[in-house]
Amino acid sequence: MTTRQSDPAHPPSQAAPPSDPAARPRRSHVPGDGTDHARRVEKARKDMLHEGASATAGRPALKRTRIGADVVCEALLRQGVEVFFSYPGGVILPLYDVLGDYPQLRHVLVRHEQGGAHAADGYARVTGKVGVCMGTSGPGATNLVTGIGTALLDSIPMVAITGNVPAALIGKDAFQEIDINGITLPMTKHNYLVRNADDLPRVLAEAFHIARTGRPGPVHVDITKDALQQETRAEHPTDDQVMAGLPGFRPNLDGHGRQLKLAALELARAKRPVILAGHGVLHAEAWDDLRAFAEKTQIPVAWTLLGIGAIDETHPLAYGFMGMHGWKHVNRAIQSADLLFAVGMRFDDRVTGNVRTYAPYARIVHVDIDPAEIGKNVAVEVPIVGDAGRVLRALLPMVPEVDPLARADYFAELADWKADSEGSSWHGSGAWRDGHLSADYVVSRIGELSGHEANYVADVGQNQMWLARYAGFRSPNSHVSSGGLGTMGFSVPAAMGAALGRPDRETWAITGDGGFQMTFQELMTLVQDHIPVKIALFDNKKLGMIRQWQEIIYAGNYHSAHLLGPDYLKLADAFGIPAFSAATPDEVDGAIRAAQAVDGPALIWFQIAEEQNVFPMMPAGKGLSDLIENWGGADE
Amino acid sequence: MSSDPSRNGVQPEPSAAPAAPAHTAPPPRALPGGGVSRAHRLVALVVDRPGVLNRVASLMRARNFNIDSLAVSRTDRADISRMTITLHGDDVAVEQAAKQLYRLIDVLKVQDVTSEPTVEHELALVKIRATDSTRAEILKLVEMSRGRAVDVSAEAIIAEVSGPETDVDAFVALVRTYGIKELVRTGAVVMARGAQSIEEALKR
Repeated sequence: MTTRQSDPAHPPSQAAPPSDPAARPRRSHVPGDGTDHARRVEKARKDMLHEGASATAGRPALKRTRIGADVVCEALLRQGVEVFFSYPGGVILPLYDVLGDYPQLRHVLVRHEQGGAHAADGYARVTGKVGVCMGTSGPGATNLVTGIGTALLDSIPMVAITGNVPAALIGKDAFQEIDINGITLPMTKHNYLVRNADDLPRVLAEAFHIARTGRPGPVHVDITKDALQQETRAEHPTDDQVMAGLPGFRPNLDGHGRQLKLAALELARAKRPVILAGHGVLHAEAWDDLRAFAEKTQIPVAWTLLGIGAIDETHPLAYGFMGMHGWKHVNRAIQSADLLFAVGMRFDDRVTGNVRTYAPYARIVHVDIDPAEIGKNVAVEVPIVGDAGRVLRALLPMVPEVDPLARADYFAELADWKADSEGSSWHGSGAWRDGHLSADYVVSRIGELSGHEANYVADVGQNQMWLARYAGFRSPNSHVSSGGLGTMGFSVPAAMGAALGRPDRETWAITGDGGFQMTFQELMTLVQDHIPVKIALFDNKKLGMIRQWQEIIYAGNYHSAHLLGPDYLKLADAFGIPAFSAATPDEVDGAIRAAQAVDGPALIWFQIAEEQNVFPMMPAGKGLSDLIENWGGADE
Repeated sequence: MSSDPSRNGVQPEPSAAPAAPAHTAPPPRALPGGGVSRAHRLVALVVDRPGVLNRVASLMRARNFNIDSLAVSRTDRADISRMTITLHGDDVAVEQAAKQLYRLIDVLKVQDVTSEPTVEHELALVKIRATDSTRAEILKLVEMSRGRAVDVSAEAIIAEVSGPETDVDAFVALVRTYGIKELVRTGAVVMARGAQSIEEALKR
């Protein structure tokens, strides 16, 4: 019985209702009742509330039919996925219903979907394989977004899978419905919304193919709940079928012959060349090619933040880390170079500073697999579109072998600069003189005591720069850092994925007290899944990089730079994680060794100097020649 | 899209660039772009999938390119749509837009046809205020502009005009004094002259 006014959008057909309400047939509240559409919506609503017959409920596991959720698991196995990071929720439950039938797939139950996305990212960075994370619709999906964005900016191969409400409910603001496809559209390499189980094999195969081919990147696959539940016989496509289905995706891998010749000419003419190695070298697994190329041409190699590990830092031609917080000698070499040979890097603003004053004497050869990167930030003389490894291999026989003696003057100058810069940058804040614990010292000890062969996972801010500068990287894919998006809270969850990806190596999460407090809920995941991450927590009771900027750029207006933190030993204890503390330089080695001896996760609370800065520093908007090397109290 | 991104940058020759003493200010490095802004026409062939228009529009917004007009239609191939995008920018910026479009998985081909001989057409419907005293005059103007009156009523005329953007602009300016009640324009569609075909170029 209803007394309310009729919906103006659905006016009753009879203008005059009968006077006796009881005699009147009850008006349906279902929009468009009786139509197929209305039936589909109604069924979808029931399914959402688990009223409808579940596709898998109550049947013996072996006799059940193959449903969309099975296709997802099959696809993961076909793609060689060993582990994925996920969090359940209403609409992705059909997947959890079948997961037990796929014991080869390791499921890590994270504590927050953002942690899952970062873990997949960390896994991908150390293995070079595609990382996989999942979440449910609505908040589960939006929680993944930061991790997907991090992967996009750093070109990380990742497949993020989310459940969505049943297809018929899309657009009706159903419970936990959000237009996640619209949200991830501008921040993925590609994304899909799958409404039909028959499409799943193709879409998932395409997703993995796109994620890892060409310039890698994250792909998001949103699957409606009913697609996960539908029975399907659709077969998984072959690689050729996947390629044929993507006519618009043909990354150019080989450099153009004419461009290679031009590059060889530039290299032959250059007197002060520098190689700029970026993340692309690691993606292409071209570290051996890079070394061979540098050795033959006798060109020193500088690297970007994400290019760390492209060459062993102890190699005689390895010159150093460039950019805003890079080594002064490296930036000087770039500023005086007559040729920059850039491989797999994108002239980010943290690398160039003010482009107008960047490398003013240099001609530029730019090798990148993504044509859109060439000429985007910096105009270049010789663009080469191709895979870093293939281009370096093609170029190697085309360049003349250079006698190191021919560059003796150049090398002598570079060596002088390096000696000068390393001497002045070391312990740049002077904190060590007062007996405070200096972060760069801690980082260098961690590097040393782990043999420079661990997975080192940075957070964002000062800790990230200290790690990049002082740990001493010897092998590829050992350094993990959120470069492009600069995602605080990245370290602990990404280290989780890195530790699972490369269990043969120790894994160190280097984090500040700020970033750590963003995602430390994953400590419990480390415990539950027994993931042996060693957390080096650099606690300066500050948002260190914020404080540094406020000191230098905002005239010491330290708003919100001071950060209260808990007693981290008690915190770790509450999680059941062994924790150690170090507040003076002589406690450092003991704490590191103690953490290394723990079987499983461990935490070290390094109470570092509160006002240590990262120097040198290039203020935003300035150029590489305008580095600040000390400030205020540092040298007083 | 066959251009050399370096053409906008005036670079010092390597021979003229020894390591200069620190006190000499080096010439500023040329930035990509910064050239003369002009109207460009991009033709894009895309796979006809749900959301592809959204992808293109979203990319142009996110990358800070301003679209003047965008016309989408089917092609002779059932699975392929064609977009004509007109935008303003210098050559390098527009080339960057084209390269970014190429990054979309559903985009098959992008061509900047700005400097090529093309046929360009746009269609407009203009609802013009008309009275007994002005109707004949307006009809005359429509006819002179090679337009067509497609609807004539007591107080208004709907005129259909087509041609290059500038012709449509001229007509609209011409009838504005009578009062434009409503105006709709399709945005330009373009096609390169001669036998070459962007669609056939796909079938490599």
